[in-house]
Amino acid sequence: MALAPFLDATDPWIRWDWFWRHVPDFEARLLEHVQLTVIAVVLGLLIAAPLAVLAYRWRPLRDPLLAIGGLLYTIPSLALFAFLIPFTGLTVVTSEIGLVSYTILILLRNIVVGLEGVPPEVRDAAQGMGYRPLAQLLRIELPLATPAIMAGVRIATVTTIGLVTVTALIGQGGLGQLINAGLIQDFKTPLVVGTVLSVALALLADLGLAGAERVITPWARGRA
Amino acid sequence: MAFVVSVIAWFANPAHWSGSSGVPQRLLEHLAMSAVAVTAGLLIALPVGVALGHWGRFGNLAINVSNVGRAVPSFAILVIAFQVFGLNNYPAFVALTLLAIPPMLTNSYIGVRDVDPEVRDAARGMGMRPRRLLVDVEIPLALPLIMAGIRTAAVQVVATATLAALVAGGGLGRFIIDGLGQRDDAQVFAGAALVAALAMTVELGLSGLEQVALPRGLTMKSTAREVAAEPDLAVMT
Repeated sequence: MALAPFLDATDPWIRWDWFWRHVPDFEARLLEHVQLTVIAVVLGLLIAAPLAVLAYRWRPLRDPLLAIGGLLYTIPSLALFAFLIPFTGLTVVTSEIGLVSYTILILLRNIVVGLEGVPPEVRDAAQGMGYRPLAQLLRIELPLATPAIMAGVRIATVTTIGLVTVTALIGQGGLGQLINAGLIQDFKTPLVVGTVLSVALALLADLGLAGAERVITPWARGRA
Repeated sequence: MAFVVSVIAWFANPAHWSGSSGVPQRLLEHLAMSAVAVTAGLLIALPVGVALGHWGRFGNLAINVSNVGRAVPSFAILVIAFQVFGLNNYPAFVALTLLAIPPMLTNSYIGVRDVDPEVRDAARGMGMRPRRLLVDVEIPLALPLIMAGIRTAAVQVVATATLAALVAGGGLGRFIIDGLGQRDDAQVFAGAALVAALAMTVELGLSGLEQVALPRGLTMKSTAREVAAEPDLAVMT
């Protein structure tokens, strides 16, 4: 580790001359951060949704699946990435396998809980109206579970944005690379820029998804 | 296959099990660092959360602190704290304590807030003063959620304490960070296995403790688990 032996007390929190010269660099890191996050959340959703439906429809699977998911979720992110390095190296694949695993675990729980929150009367009514299982799932149950699912998507997105910074330690990282550069070079400006942009990205994404939820669930607007 | 052998060899090497950089010493450092942070976080989060829940005020604050906390990467806090405090134990302590506060604050707030109003009424009808109501009724009924919050915080802290090695701290993260630096994949993997095993042990141990320590009528299954239905808190329990 190229850890600087001393902390430079005279180094200001931000050096504007350096900042303005590196704006294109920040943009590239930000874009990379967004890409890593979007891939992780979208893939996670694509994998978690069928698993959740399976756990919801086939009861014996529910508790074991959620329990195993909860336990895997406790694995520290750095350890999870470290597990993969011998097999996939310091690559995007390693980062994404790790990130997708965490989003699956978050989304799985929320989708199952959301589906279970559909009132039994609604389900009865749908059956009485002659809905087949698949149509009932797609047109009745999933839409009604949307608030819980979207809550999961928001948590997964914000969590992933934070976790992406950790992947800087395995050579990826988006904005995390700026944080890591600040650590290794003992230079505060990239550290501050990376942190501020990462937090701003997380808050913005959360807000954007909250807005998206309002748009796709027009029936829920009056209640909240 | 050769890799599996090298990992087994790492674990079998007695040099890795003794001295100041051996597994037992690193495990102790990891646990001590985590315990101090969780305790400090609890001393801050519990009174605030319980008070807010009791008065039913500033609820948004108690809930938003979790959401904002999630948005700030612990990695960044750790490096910033390192810049502020330098090469000692404070960076890890500060970062881990800040990480521990949100789940405990949110859960203790919701636990106390959601005590059945009829139970509160009954307690008042029996002549309980506010203080006794809080200590004898509200806090005990909130215990399952409070303990779930402590468990969540503890698991997150134990997991994140791994990163302390980045700022020259100790703990099991040393094996991973040093292994990465030395391109020693076997050590990286062994370190990851140790950390993962520890995090899972803490999770299982604390949830076992909850089952044993909580009064029968209050076990997680019937009450607190259902908080997951409050979507924002789905990962809190």
